[in-house]
Amino acid sequence: MSSALDPRKSSQPQASLQVFVEAIGVAAPGLADWQVARAVLRGEQAFLASELPPYQPLRLPANERRRATPAVRQAFRAAEDAIAHSACDPAELATVFASSDADMNVLHRICSALAEPARVVSPTDFHNSVHNAAAGYWSIAVGARRNSISIGAYDSTAAAGLLEAATLLLDEAALLLVLYDVPQPKPLFDQHPIVSAVSVALVLTRTRSAGTRAALRLTLADSADDVATTLADPQLEALRRANPAARLLPLLRVLAQQRNDSVLLEAVAGRCLRIDIESLA
Amino acid sequence: MNPLGISHYTVTSSLGRGLASHLEALRAERTGLRQQPFETSTVPGWIGEVDGLDTPLAGTLAEWDCRNNRLAELGLQQDGFIAAVARATQRYGAERVGVFIGTSTSGVQQTELAYRARDRALDRLPDWFNLRTTQSTFSAADFVRLRLGLRGVAVAISTACSSSAKVFASAHRAMRAGLCEVAVVGRVDTLCLTTLYGVNALQQVSPEICRPADVRRQGLSLGEAAGFALLTPDDGTAELLLQGYGESSDAYHMSTPDPDGRGAATAMREALRRGAVAPAAVDYINLHGTGTPANDLAEDKAVIGLLGSDVPCSSTKSWSGHTLGAAGILEAVIALLCLQDGLLPRSLNTQAKDPALRANILLESRRAQLRRVLSNSFGFGGNNCSLLLGRRA
Repeated sequence: MSSALDPRKSSQPQASLQVFVEAIGVAAPGLADWQVARAVLRGEQAFLASELPPYQPLRLPANERRRATPAVRQAFRAAEDAIAHSACDPAELATVFASSDADMNVLHRICSALAEPARVVSPTDFHNSVHNAAAGYWSIAVGARRNSISIGAYDSTAAAGLLEAATLLLDEAALLLVLYDVPQPKPLFDQHPIVSAVSVALVLTRTRSAGTRAALRLTLADSADDVATTLADPQLEALRRANPAARLLPLLRVLAQQRNDSVLLEAVAGRCLRIDIESLA
Repeated sequence: MNPLGISHYTVTSSLGRGLASHLEALRAERTGLRQQPFETSTVPGWIGEVDGLDTPLAGTLAEWDCRNNRLAELGLQQDGFIAAVARATQRYGAERVGVFIGTSTSGVQQTELAYRARDRALDRLPDWFNLRTTQSTFSAADFVRLRLGLRGVAVAISTACSSSAKVFASAHRAMRAGLCEVAVVGRVDTLCLTTLYGVNALQQVSPEICRPADVRRQGLSLGEAAGFALLTPDDGTAELLLQGYGESSDAYHMSTPDPDGRGAATAMREALRRGAVAPAAVDYINLHGTGTPANDLAEDKAVIGLLGSDVPCSSTKSWSGHTLGAAGILEAVIALLCLQDGLLPRSLNTQAKDPALRANILLESRRAQLRRVLSNSFGFGGNNCSLLLGRRA
């Protein structure tokens, strides 16, 4: 359109939001936790993309643990990893849970049941069907009573999660951001293939603290030349593309290497989110 | 906090299309609920269905066609909302208008239809099914963004039944952060078998029109709605204002509220704190009030503990049904209409107040000058949001 010609519009500065990274958690094939991921992303350890063994969210009471779906467990895995490396009390952290599709296994079971004459929907499936199930279980597990936001933005979920977290830090001193998605059952997989279960968690703070590893500056970029940053290693690049949560891998790589650098993430409307990373470790 | 102007708003539900039909229904005490099955549902009860959603979306919007986006389109067309957003876009640029859309079930009805039509031998869904544009959590937010020609920050907030109240809070933060100059907030949630049979499996569907806070209540009635608001910086001209918001988590149970109502109280207290408003200055509370005993009792405790037993309050869910993710926007719009009209709507269909409840539940509608109202929305996962809405003095 003509927005570039209108001084009122072109003079609008694109806001940059700064956040500080205190702790990182990861769970992905071949990346069992941040310690392993850090070594792999620094090139100190070979990447072997094997699926992770099942995970028990032991912080949950037995009833909730039994009901927790694979997506909830995947979210917990990275969240617990991040919390283990943070000085923050998880009960005092606000949360942002970002997932493109949350648990499509639940959706699959409900829609399959509704296609049968008896239409028997499991009450447990129904209460697990909400997009904020993982956030709800997490709040129960750690006693977190502060604000909790669950969002989705399809393949730009990682960028949307970072932006939501950065704005929430206007209200909160610190928060836990959890990105997660898990593979869907076949008929839904065909539509939006999520190949591997991946979760990434970040403890983010509003101000710099003793435990700060890096500062991130987030800017919604608007150049037609912008494309999302990819990874040179073909296997890691395949993982980046295999799950909306894994879109954060280029950022994790810079954090692992403790470098100052910039990466671009795909955002909505064909735009990119630019992340300028300053290592403070 | 600095208030935001609510320069334009609209809603479409079983009560009708647009603000005028909702105000008329509130004044005439007319429910939108009807005793009729939705689609092929055999779940008994009354539902708040929106008529006129049988025409597919066409042209460039065709790939977004599903009941949810049809309702989004119908909702956007009311009360000059599209033109209002176009004027804001003209002024600020398409990159500077944010979109914050709440969701609970998104376009799941389309997925239900696809599963009923699937090739069972090949385990394949029909070719007409498009997950990204219909089922995906992001579908309605992306649809609204495209329909309004916007290129700014856009996100779907999905915290079950508190979703469309929380969009006001997220938009406020994004505007403060400079991510956008103005924001379109809202929500669409449509009836679907997942919700009807799911709530029925929890034995919470009322066989009659729901009667929140009534000693003989039997559960909730379900409905659907689309509502939108345009939030602008407060330049002193908007009559209606977002003055505060509060958000909290119960950390108690996935589908049952904390019986002490602590999370609900925190949400209301935070909304009042942000608005720098004393509890005594609240003129009316639009309750979450689903009509289940657990919800009514928990919310009552929260209201009594924070605001006492004088402030008039009511649930309007027996008007519209519980519209899930759209409840927050529908009830915020009702609260805005009440502010403008000076109307305190009663808890329609509530006859004998549960003696266990101490809040001042309105059994008769009345008229009064209103300055500030609270609108509560609580959801599965123990997610709570309260909005403080006000009329400029």
